[in-house]
Amino acid sequence: MPDDLNWAIGGEAGDGIDSTGKIFAQALSRAGRHVFTSKDFASRIRGGYTAYKIRSSTDRVESVVDRLDILVALTERTIDENLDELHDDSVIIYDGERTEMEDVEIPGDMTGLSVPLQRLAEEAGGAIMQNIVALGAACEVTNFPIENLDSALEKKFGNKGESIVSNNKEAARKGQEFVAEEYDYEFDYDLDTTDNDYVLLNGDEAIGMGAIAAGCRFYAGYPITPATDVMEYLTGRIEQFGGEVVQAEDELSAINMALGAARAGARSMTATSGPGIDLMTETFGLVATSETPLVIADVMRSGPSTGMPTKQEQGDLNMTLYGGHGEIPRFVVAPTNVGECFQKTVEAFNLAEKYQTPVFLLADLSMAVTEQTFEPEVFDMDAVEIDRGKIVDDDEVEAWTDERDRFQPHFSTADGISPRALPGTENAAHMSTGLEHNALGRRTEDTDVRIEQVDKRNRKVETAKEEEDWSPREFGDPDSDNLVISWGSNEGAMREALDYLDEEDIDVRFLSVPYIFPRPDLSDEIDAADEVIVVECNESGQFADVLEHDALTRVKRVNKYNGVRFKADELADEIEAALQSEEVRA
Amino acid sequence: MSSEVRFTDFKSDKQPTWCPGCGDFGTMNGMMKALANTGNDPDNTFVVAGIGCSGKIGTYMHSYALHGVHGRALPVGTGVKLANPDLEVMVAGGDGDGYSIGAGHFIHAVRRNVDMTYVVMDNRIYGLTKGQASPTSREDFETSTTPEGPKQPPVNPLALALSAGGSFIAQSFSTDAQRHTEIVQKAIEHDGFGFVNVFSPCVTFNDVDTYDYFRDSIVDLADEDHDPTDREAAKERILDADKEYQGILYQNEESVPYSDLHGLDSNMADIPDGAPEGAMDLVREFY
Repeated sequence: MPDDLNWAIGGEAGDGIDSTGKIFAQALSRAGRHVFTSKDFASRIRGGYTAYKIRSSTDRVESVVDRLDILVALTERTIDENLDELHDDSVIIYDGERTEMEDVEIPGDMTGLSVPLQRLAEEAGGAIMQNIVALGAACEVTNFPIENLDSALEKKFGNKGESIVSNNKEAARKGQEFVAEEYDYEFDYDLDTTDNDYVLLNGDEAIGMGAIAAGCRFYAGYPITPATDVMEYLTGRIEQFGGEVVQAEDELSAINMALGAARAGARSMTATSGPGIDLMTETFGLVATSETPLVIADVMRSGPSTGMPTKQEQGDLNMTLYGGHGEIPRFVVAPTNVGECFQKTVEAFNLAEKYQTPVFLLADLSMAVTEQTFEPEVFDMDAVEIDRGKIVDDDEVEAWTDERDRFQPHFSTADGISPRALPGTENAAHMSTGLEHNALGRRTEDTDVRIEQVDKRNRKVETAKEEEDWSPREFGDPDSDNLVISWGSNEGAMREALDYLDEEDIDVRFLSVPYIFPRPDLSDEIDAADEVIVVECNESGQFADVLEHDALTRVKRVNKYNGVRFKADELADEIEAALQSEEVRA
Repeated sequence: MSSEVRFTDFKSDKQPTWCPGCGDFGTMNGMMKALANTGNDPDNTFVVAGIGCSGKIGTYMHSYALHGVHGRALPVGTGVKLANPDLEVMVAGGDGDGYSIGAGHFIHAVRRNVDMTYVVMDNRIYGLTKGQASPTSREDFETSTTPEGPKQPPVNPLALALSAGGSFIAQSFSTDAQRHTEIVQKAIEHDGFGFVNVFSPCVTFNDVDTYDYFRDSIVDLADEDHDPTDREAAKERILDADKEYQGILYQNEESVPYSDLHGLDSNMADIPDGAPEGAMDLVREFY
């Protein structure tokens, strides 16, 4: 068997699936193994099927695959739900002593390990630890040193007292011993450990960490799946750095509070998901025309309307790219993995202040709730550089005043970026408004001034195009005539798909684009390729539209919109089919 | 600068385009005087307004200001004040702005008790859209969109504020310059959310709630035996639909503003050139 292990625990929401999964993921990470997690969950608090899945290897893992090796099934439905991914060598751990599980049938040639989870947990000090018993059993099946699990349990329960920790360790031991004693054959799995140090976190946490690192001190938001983790991460942490999280009464309030804090000079952000973005749209234009730096994270989920709140989609690209009445300059940045959620958040704050305009951070559910391991250097705090742009101090104000000594916050400069005076700066008091205004910030309907200000604001984008690096990342065979392009979180699955395609002798050049606007001009690459495929988690191909428009050509599309992210092997099949297909959707 | 500040320093060089005789002139003058009297200057003052006639105030005053979108001025003011506690934040709105589209924000701003001043220019009509019923319009007030009157009771903003836990609830009349200024001044001085509903008559579209009407019917709490710290007495007066009061209806002198409760005392605009000290601990948490 490969060292690449796919493990899952599934049951009903409320069964502690999430925290159990996280403990095992932590144990694997602490043992120097790479981890990539995913979740199947429904929009409900208790009941219904839910699962936490872990893929782990000593090599980097960046995607989920269609294979499940070990399943801890707390309910019979868990087995049914995962039938497609289970295979003959799969091991299913379940509690055959529980009435509802005693007649469970183990499909095919799979190995069923009936472990009395509840009874053993009670022996160790309480039924609540039954999932930990299952983790101990999983350690035995995979020859995984249980000390790593101990270490994760200490981290998880350390602050609850030594007896809780030791009871949990005992519960795990009971699970391990039970399997060792009752099942005396060799399992195929053998998890190696390494001396590597990894950190394990999800995209929302990485966004929150990036925000603090970048000097964000004010966050206002309203809870919504799957963006809430950003707010929960910041709560209790940002205060340690002199900041504040405000749970606003709604999304309209959240973005306006964040705007207010930004006008006062704080690095400020809000995060939400599709329905919240809709509500915030009113204020996009105000942020842009008042030239206020603001970071707005959209952690996308399936839409439209309330759609499928716990499922993956990349359907808001058009919304962030075009949302709001009138036309406004904006940046749209789409991190492609969890580590990049950190780096791109830092970058978003710099872009916002340098260019004094809204920056959309376009993340998605699969990245937001995915825990992934990284070398700690990915989150290098020493590498964080803060660029606050053209803030003028008391002495510089005079250079930007008009003939009547009035400060001109919207002065039309050559690069489109105006001087910015934070409140408190002497002799620079001024108004900003969403009404079209002159250099002073005062309302105008003068046609020439209107054109001057619109052009000025748009010039910022031209400046940014020249000054910043918007390049895509390149993978695969640089000389291939087959070009695949994706954006956001598809990068990991696509990188692994390249390996599958390679096994089929199909060469592909892959460009992963983290910038939607401004974005790289891929016209030459598109022209040069025989086949161009754009991969995205939506139905219409929103990025494909954009690229076709840019390059004035038609591209093939691979789209997924059932609410689940791409899997590497599945994606490889789709790419292969698209390459062979004659059809290009009009 | 503050010792020499006069209220005219808060005037911009832009002439208001409000209708001649509009109540908003007096409301604004009182705000400027109150700001000057409380030792503020344009460089440390931030005025936020929404849309409508009231929303124009940022243009006519000289200070740091934001003219935002309809009904959302209070959240903006909240963000400004929490980010920089050194700023004097004044939010201006109208009855439509504050009690209709912004009603949700109003209730929550009252609850949040951020140390800022909220002045509502209440003319009981939509002026800038040319005369439709507002949330404070009378039940039988005939307008272009309510030919037989709204047929629903007007919002009682003071009652809303009291029920939401308001710590400073006052009402004034824009043309009574001295009292209005004094009341706004008290709102500024209050530690917490100072709310002043100002009768600011619309001379063009409202022929019911006129200067004469208010002059004849207003009862000044200074002439009454009213203790503003007595919440029950405040409740009784606020719920008395037959009276138009001027003065401080309620003030909680024990009020602790949001920033104090949350320990916010620094200017969030001050940040280091790189990641803050201690940021590596954030990474270590995930080992």
